[in-house]
Parts: sequence; structure tokens; C-alpha cells
Amino acid sequence: MIKVEGLTKRYARHVAVDNISFEVQKGQIVGFLGPNGAGKTTTMRVLTCFLPPTSGTAQVAGFDVLEQPMEVKKRIGYLPESPPLYPEMEVIEYLEFVGRLKGVPKENLGRRIDEVMEKCSIGDVRMDLISRLSKGYRQRVGLAQAILHNPDVLILDEPTSGLDPQQIIETRDLIKGLAGDHTIILSTHILPEVEQTCEQVIIIARGKVVATDSVENLTSRLRGAESVAVEVAPRDGMPLSAEQVQQRLERVSGVSRVAARESRDGRLSFTVESQQGQHIRPELARAVVEAGWNLNDLHAVGLSLEEIFLELTGAPKEDIAAAHATMQVPAGEMS
Amino acid sequence: MNTFTICRKELNSYFRSPIAYGVMAFFGLISGYFFYVAIVFFVQASIQSSITGQAQPMSVNEQVIRPIFSNISVIGLFLIPMITMRLFAEEKRTGTIELLVTSPIRDLEIIMGKWLAAMALYAVMLGVSLVSMATLFLYGRPDWRPMAVGYLGLLLQGGCLLAIGTFISTCTKNQIVAGVAGFSVCLLLWVLDWMSSFQDSVSAKAISYLSVLQHFDSFSKGVLDSKDIIYYVSAIFIGLFLTARSLESLRWRA
Repeated sequence: MIKVEGLTKRYARHVAVDNISFEVQKGQIVGFLGPNGAGKTTTMRVLTCFLPPTSGTAQVAGFDVLEQPMEVKKRIGYLPESPPLYPEMEVIEYLEFVGRLKGVPKENLGRRIDEVMEKCSIGDVRMDLISRLSKGYRQRVGLAQAILHNPDVLILDEPTSGLDPQQIIETRDLIKGLAGDHTIILSTHILPEVEQTCEQVIIIARGKVVATDSVENLTSRLRGAESVAVEVAPRDGMPLSAEQVQQRLERVSGVSRVAARESRDGRLSFTVESQQGQHIRPELARAVVEAGWNLNDLHAVGLSLEEIFLELTGAPKEDIAAAHATMQVPAGEMS
Repeated sequence: MNTFTICRKELNSYFRSPIAYGVMAFFGLISGYFFYVAIVFFVQASIQSSITGQAQPMSVNEQVIRPIFSNISVIGLFLIPMITMRLFAEEKRTGTIELLVTSPIRDLEIIMGKWLAAMALYAVMLGVSLVSMATLFLYGRPDWRPMAVGYLGLLLQGGCLLAIGTFISTCTKNQIVAGVAGFSVCLLLWVLDWMSSFQDSVSAKAISYLSVLQHFDSFSKGVLDSKDIIYYVSAIFIGLFLTARSLESLRWRA
């Protein structure tokens, strides 16, 4: 449905998007993940024909963004980072305006507006001025605007930014509900969002794609190793130093790394990582107890997308290139 | 069709904000004042000629309507930047420009819609002065034809300044900047014709030809001069063409 090849966007001073390629199949929800300034918005703007690419091509439903922008625009619903709303309009009036802009046939417009208002649950504010709406409602009106003409492709730029937790959950559910009918690309810098809503993830940093894969594959990549959070406290008020505990934990067999996290009121916390395929929790517990300390807490921390993400994006440039090379191999059907 | 959609939306937002009413009130006040002054002068002149007994030719068209038209055209210079300043600047500031530009409509339709809305507001504003003109018909017998030509001239002159103002509004995100820049350009286009009053060289003539007001003179007399019509129509084209280029360049620069 979406095909991007060798896309580069260069501004006067810097390269925002550097030679990225990816493909999105029909009906998928793809998360576009990256820190702020990674080039997510720029890529989306190229796909929506707002910005022309410096080089490379981008196709939506088989139409090139440079050669047939009208055809592309007809098939895309776009929610920019700040919803494009006119504060002086009423909600229903705004949707009528957008419907006419997007070329929704007049005889269908009223029915279509009722449908999207129902879907986005904004029916109760239909007659309200947009300037009076709360942030959550504004975001939903923005989403209603994007799906109004029933586009094949939905491009959502940080659809949950600035919402409260309840609204974030509602918005995510709404987006999930839209999948299937629409192909969706959504950008975010919030990891759980991708884990919860998306099937595929494209990680982008400094204008380059550093990984494209399914969410499961990415997490299973580091599943072999185990990460354990341990909290130790001294028994009977005996003084206890962090180094002492750390040294003891490092001697447990199968442990690859021990990092002290924090100490508060004499309780010491550590993150212990195992070597590949080693189960270290029973040994850790025994070690702490045998040393005569209190074991307050011991639980496995799943290696989340967060850690993969930091590993992929936080590293210096040459490491990213290396990561890029290794990640492209298991990407399989994506690249 | 899309042009109409945009135009309707712009008119709606004009009349929902204080801009339309502010512009109309200000125009009504100032043009009413000029009308009053012109009438007082006319009445005094007619009293004077009856006292002295010298029968001077008196003409409502020449002595009341023509100065009013000249004054109105100058008021336009001040009010037009207020009409155009938000057209694109506001869309750029709030990000709604992304909605317009990513919708399946052509840039030209966006621009024409906005310019036509500005023209409509300007025409409604000029309509306020019809009240003064109507009172002339109540008490005298002015010729309506030069008056119609005068209004046509005001619309043409307004159209050309509105096109330039629309262009300036695409250059900034800040309405106030767009307003001030628009006003400066309008002012400059006004005073350009002062050149010809103290210099007689070809370059001075060429520069004063560029003045917007200079071309209005014939209209205020009730004369349709093709030279002036061509000037205004081509200025409208240039203004809208620059707007189109500027809107396009937004994407290359953004």
C-alpha cells in the first residue's frame, strides 16, 4: 500500500531523512518509532504530499507523491501533530468543511459525518465551538477529520501526544478499531504505544531506519537473556555497602552484569543481567540469604522494546550503522 | 466548487471575528466624515456664488462625489492590510495550512477562494458608503454613471491591493507582521506618484506609473481608461501569481 524507496529529504542545513526505504502492506498498523527530531514527521509529510522529497520515491496505493499528488491526497487521511482545527467553527461545521475539501459527495456527507462522530465519540459536542473543546476532544475531532473521506491510508503523527492516560487508552482503542479498513502509519516516541497498537514497527533515528520488524520479533531478539531486579536490605541494622552486595552478586554463576540502581533508607537496589539462556533467580536468592541480608524484592524485568530502542538509537553513529546491518537480516518479509 | 468552499469558510471566519465589523465601522465613520466635509464645502460654495452673483458651474459629481472617491481610495490603503493579514498567516500559525495543502484541491483554488472572500468583504465595506451616495439622490440629481465607474475603480484598486496583501500574508506566520508589511507596501504604492510632481524625467514617470492611486484618478472622474484597467488587472494577476509561488515554496522550504 505504501512503498518508500531511497527517500532523502535535505533541508538547507541538515539532512532530515537519509535514504530510507520501507514498505507497508494493506491493512497493517505500523508504528513509526523514534526520538524527537528523528525524521518521523518529515517522512509523513512527504507521504502526504506536503513536502517533496529531495531524492528517492514514495508511493501510496501505487501513485507517486510527486507525479500524481491529487490521487495520493484522495487516498490519505492525515492527522498532523497538532490537529488542524479552526477554533471559530462548530464541530459539525468543521467536518462539513473538511468533507467538501476532501470531495465527499454531498448526498453522503451528512451520513458520513454521523458515522465518524459515532466512531470518535464526539457526537455530544457536535454543536460546540472548537475553541471551547478540551485537548482530548480536539484530538478526536482531528481523527474524525482524517477518516471522514474513508481513505485507504491513515497517517497519524503522534496521535496521543498531550492526552491524559484515560484519553490515551481511548484513542489507542479507536485506532485499533480502525485497522483492517485502513492501512495506518502512526508515529510516536512512546514505546508501549507501539507494543500495544502496532503489528509492525519501524525504528528511525537521526533520519535513518535502524530497524523494521514485527513487534514480537524485536522483543524476542533479546529474549534469551534475563534481567532481574533485586532489592537487598541489611538485617538487624548491620551496615551494608553497595559494593559489598554488588561483589557478592557478581560471583553468582550465570550473571553477566550487575548495576547498582539506587539506595534509599539503607535498602539497595540492583539490576542483574544473566548470560544467554541462564536462569539466575534461584541462585541470586540463595546468595543473598546466605550472606545474611534481607531479600526485599526479586523479580524478572522483561527486556522491553524500550531497551532495544535505546540500544538502537542511543548508540553513536557507527554503531547504528552496524545495528542497521544486523537488523536488516531478520527483518525478513519487511525489507 | 472548491474555490467556493474555501471562500465560504473565509467569509464565515471574517464575520465571526471582530475584523469584518471593525473594518466596516471604521470605514463607515471615516467615509461618512469625508462625505460630510465634501457636502459642507459644496453648500458653502453654492451660497458664496449666490451672494457674489457670479454664476459658477456647480456639479455634484465633480465637487462632491469625485473627492469622496479619492478619499475612499486612500482609506482603502489603510484597511486592506487588515482584511488580508490573517488569510494565510493564521493558517500557517495554527497548522491548518497542512489540512488545506494535503487535501485533494489545487493551490489555485485555495488562493482564489481566499482572495474572493477578501474581495467580498471589501465590497460589503464599500457598500456602507452607498448610504451617503443615496442621500445625494434624495436631495439632488447626480449622474449615476460616473458613480458606477468610480465604484468599479475602487473594486479594481482594492482587488489589486488585496492580491498583494494576500501574497504578503503567505510570507509570515505572524498576522501583525503581515499587517504591518502590507500597510507599508500599500503606503509605498500610494506615495510613488509624488515623484512626478517634482521631477519630469522618464524614470520618475515610470515610477509614478506604478502608483496604485495614480490610476484611480480617471475612475474618480467617471472615465473608463483601458490603460488603468490593464494596470489593475495585471497587478491582480501578479499578486495572485506571487501568492501561488510563495505557497508552493512553503513546501520546498518548510
